[in-house]
Amino acid sequence: MSKGSPISPSLMATKSTGAPKAPERAERPADAGVDTAAVSPVLGPNNVVPPTVMTGSQAIVRSLEELGVDDIFGLPGGAILPTYDPLMASKMNHVLVRHEQGAGHAAQGYAMVTGRVGVCIATSGPGATNLVTAIMDAHMDSVPIVAITGQVSSGVIGTDAFQEADIVGITMPITKHSFLVTDPNDIPHVMAEAFHLASTGRPGPVLVDVAKDAQQGEMTFSWPPKIDLPGYRPVLRGHSKQVREAARLISAASKPVLYVGGGVVKAHASAELRELAELTGAPVVTTLMARGVFPDSHPQHVGMPGMHGTVSAVTALQQSDLLITLGARFDDRVTGILKSFAPNAKVIHADIDPAEISKNRTADVPIVGSVKEIIPELSEAVRVQFEAFGTPDLTNWWAFLNNLKETYPLGWTEPEDGLSAPQRVIERIGALTGPEGIFVAGVGQHQMWAAQFIKYERPHAWLNSGGAGTMGYAVPAAMGAKVGEPDRVVWAIDGDGCFQMTNQELATCAINNIPIKVAIINNSSLGMVRQWQTLFYEGRYSNTDLNTGHDTVRIPDFVKLADAYGCAALRCERDEDIDATIQKALEINDRPVVIDFVVSPNSMVWPMVPAGVSNDQIQVARNMTPEWEEED
Amino acid sequence: MTRHTLSVLVEDKPGVLTRVASLFARRAFNINSLAVGPTEVPGMSRMTVVVDADGELIEQVTKQLNKLVNVIKIVELTSESSVQRDHILVKVRADAATRLQVTQAADLFRASVVDVSTESVVIEATGHPEKLTALLSVLEPFGIREIVQSGTLAVGRGSRSMSDRALRSA
Repeated sequence: MSKGSPISPSLMATKSTGAPKAPERAERPADAGVDTAAVSPVLGPNNVVPPTVMTGSQAIVRSLEELGVDDIFGLPGGAILPTYDPLMASKMNHVLVRHEQGAGHAAQGYAMVTGRVGVCIATSGPGATNLVTAIMDAHMDSVPIVAITGQVSSGVIGTDAFQEADIVGITMPITKHSFLVTDPNDIPHVMAEAFHLASTGRPGPVLVDVAKDAQQGEMTFSWPPKIDLPGYRPVLRGHSKQVREAARLISAASKPVLYVGGGVVKAHASAELRELAELTGAPVVTTLMARGVFPDSHPQHVGMPGMHGTVSAVTALQQSDLLITLGARFDDRVTGILKSFAPNAKVIHADIDPAEISKNRTADVPIVGSVKEIIPELSEAVRVQFEAFGTPDLTNWWAFLNNLKETYPLGWTEPEDGLSAPQRVIERIGALTGPEGIFVAGVGQHQMWAAQFIKYERPHAWLNSGGAGTMGYAVPAAMGAKVGEPDRVVWAIDGDGCFQMTNQELATCAINNIPIKVAIINNSSLGMVRQWQTLFYEGRYSNTDLNTGHDTVRIPDFVKLADAYGCAALRCERDEDIDATIQKALEINDRPVVIDFVVSPNSMVWPMVPAGVSNDQIQVARNMTPEWEEED
Repeated sequence: MTRHTLSVLVEDKPGVLTRVASLFARRAFNINSLAVGPTEVPGMSRMTVVVDADGELIEQVTKQLNKLVNVIKIVELTSESSVQRDHILVKVRADAATRLQVTQAADLFRASVVDVSTESVVIEATGHPEKLTALLSVLEPFGIREIVQSGTLAVGRGSRSMSDRALRSA
C-alpha cells in the first residue's frame, strides 16, 4: 500500500458510478496507485484479488487494506471482537484509544491533515454511541471518515440484546450515509462504497455497522468490488454558462469580496484560489474553516469574517457589492442576522453541495461543482472578461479596506489582574512554531484566539470544530493529525474546560509515541460562556468557574495529571516565561508535552458581533463600535 | 403555503423510508402525506410525498432529498400534468332507516360499499383529495365511525415513465 499523494475529493470522483471495467483493471500493475484510483470509484490501488474464502471479519480487515488504509483508531468490545483478531496480523497501524469519542476525533484530525479518509472502529451499544459526537462533528465540518461499529448478531437485532443500540438509526441525521451489514458477502462492496461516499462529493462521515454473525460467517472475498450507488452522482464541473455569468459580475463589481470557506481546503484548491484572487485583485476573507487556505501574509487577505472576525473582513462582506462565495455556507456565525447580511451584494455561490446554494442566502449565480474545477474555469472566464472590458478599478474599495485594516487591527488589552494575556500565549506559540506546524483547537475563547492570533500560511495547518463546536475536540484530533503527519509539530491549543473532556487520550499518545504538544490556556473557567455572562448576564457567573487556575484549589493539577500520563509537564504563569516554556516544549519530541498556561479569566474575545444583531454592530471592544463616518 | 406533490424514486433498501421521514423531521419540513410501494422495476420503490412549502423551501426539500444516497430521482408533479388519487375507507353508521341514504350518497361519488353490518357500512372511495373531502362531508351527518386514508398517489400524464428516464441517466 502506498501512502500516495493527498486525495482530492474532486480528483477521486468520476461522474460515472457505473460498473468498473474489470478487464481493463486486471491489466494494470498492482501498484498503479492514485492514478488508477482516479478512474475507479474504489479507493486504493485496486489490486485484483481472485475469489478467496474467508470470514467476514477477515474481509473487513482485507477491505481496509485494499482501500489503502494505513492507520485506524479504535477500541474493541464484544460485538467487534471477531474483527480485532485478524486486525492483529495486519500491517495496518491500529491505535488503541481510551474512549471511542477520541477515536472519532482522531480519525477527523487524520483526515483533515492528510485529505485521506479517517477510520475509527468501536463496538456495539455504548461503544458506538460514544462515536456519535465525533460523527456529528465530522458531518457539520464535512470531514471524510468511515466509522465501523460492531452490532449484535442479526438474529437478536431488535430484542434489546446486551449492548444493542440502533446506531444506524441514531446516526441517520448526522451521517452522509450508513450501512447495516448482516451478510458477510456484502462487506467488500459496502466498505468500498463507504470510502467512496466519504471521500467524494461533499465529504462526510459514513457509518458501517456490521452484525457479529456477519463478521464470523464465511464469505468469498474478491477485489475490487462493484460499486452500486445509482442515486449518488456528485456534480464536479461547474456549468460553463454560470461560470461566464459569474465572470461578468466580477468584471462589473466595484466592491467584490472572495468569501472563502472550508470547501476550498477540502478540495485542495488553495493554489487555484490564489490565482483567481490575484487575477481579480479582490479582497479575500477566510472563514473559520478556511484559515490558511489563503496566506494570512498576502496583502489581499483581509481576515476572518464572522462573530469574532476582524473589522476589515466583517465590513468587507457587509459593504460588498459582490460576494464570490467559494465552498462556504453562509453559516449564522458568519452572517449574523441573515436579513441584514451584506445587503447590497449580489451573490455568486460555488459549492459541491447543491443544497447549500440558496439555503440561507439566495444566490444570483449558483454554480454547483467542485471548487477545484470551478475556480480555474472562473479564472479563465474572468481573464476573457478583463481582456474585453478592462480590469475593474478597485482603488477606492482597497483604500476603504486598508484603512479599516490599519485602524482596527487585531489586538488585546492587558489584563488588570496581573496574569498573562491568553492571546499573547497563543500568538507566541504560533510565532515560535511557524507556519509549518499544525494547530488544533478545542472550542471557546482559546479557539477564537487561535484562529485570530496564529498566522496561517498554508491549508491543513488549522483544525477545529467549527460547525459542531465540540469541546474536547483538540487533544484527540491533534493525536490523529500527528499520526497522519508525524513529521510536523502538532499543537493542541485547548481550554481548561475542553481539556478535561478528552484528556484521557494523553495515555494513547504517550504509549503509542504520538508526541503532540498541548497548550492548556487555563483561565480557570468555561471562558466563552463566562464572557457572555460578563456581557449579557450582568456578570452573574453561573456554573462557569472550574477552579483549575491561579489562586484556586487547582483540581485537577494539570502538571500532576500530565505527569501521571507519562507526558512532559510544564507550567507557565508569567509573561517573561512564555517564550522559554514554548521553546522547551518544542525541543521535547520523545513524548507528549502538556503546558499549563495560567492566564487571566477576564480576557475577552474581540471583535465581537453580539448574537442576534446585524454585523454592522460589530464591537472592537466592549461597547465600542468602529467609526463608520469614514466610509463614503 | 403551497401544496407540492413530489414523486421520489428510491432504492428499495432497508431504512429508506426512515431516511426520508427523518429528513423531513430533522429539517422541519411539513409532510402532508406519504405513500410508498414497489414499482415496475425490481429493487426500486416510489414514494409520493405531499409537502406544504413555499418556493424556496420546496427547492431545499428537493435538494436535501436528493442528497440521500438511496434517492435516485425526484420529480415534482403538478396537478395539471399528473393524475393524483387518494384512497379512503370510511365506516359510517347506517341502520335499516338510513342505509339507503348512505349507499345513495356513496353512489353519487362512485364509491362502493364493501362491508355491511346491521349498524354500519364500510365505503371505499378513490379520487382526488378534494372529492374525498366532499364525500366525507356528505357522510358526516350519518355518523362517521372510522376513517382510514392512504397518502396521495400520483403519476405523470402521458407515455413517459419516471423510472425509465432515471435508469438511463444513471
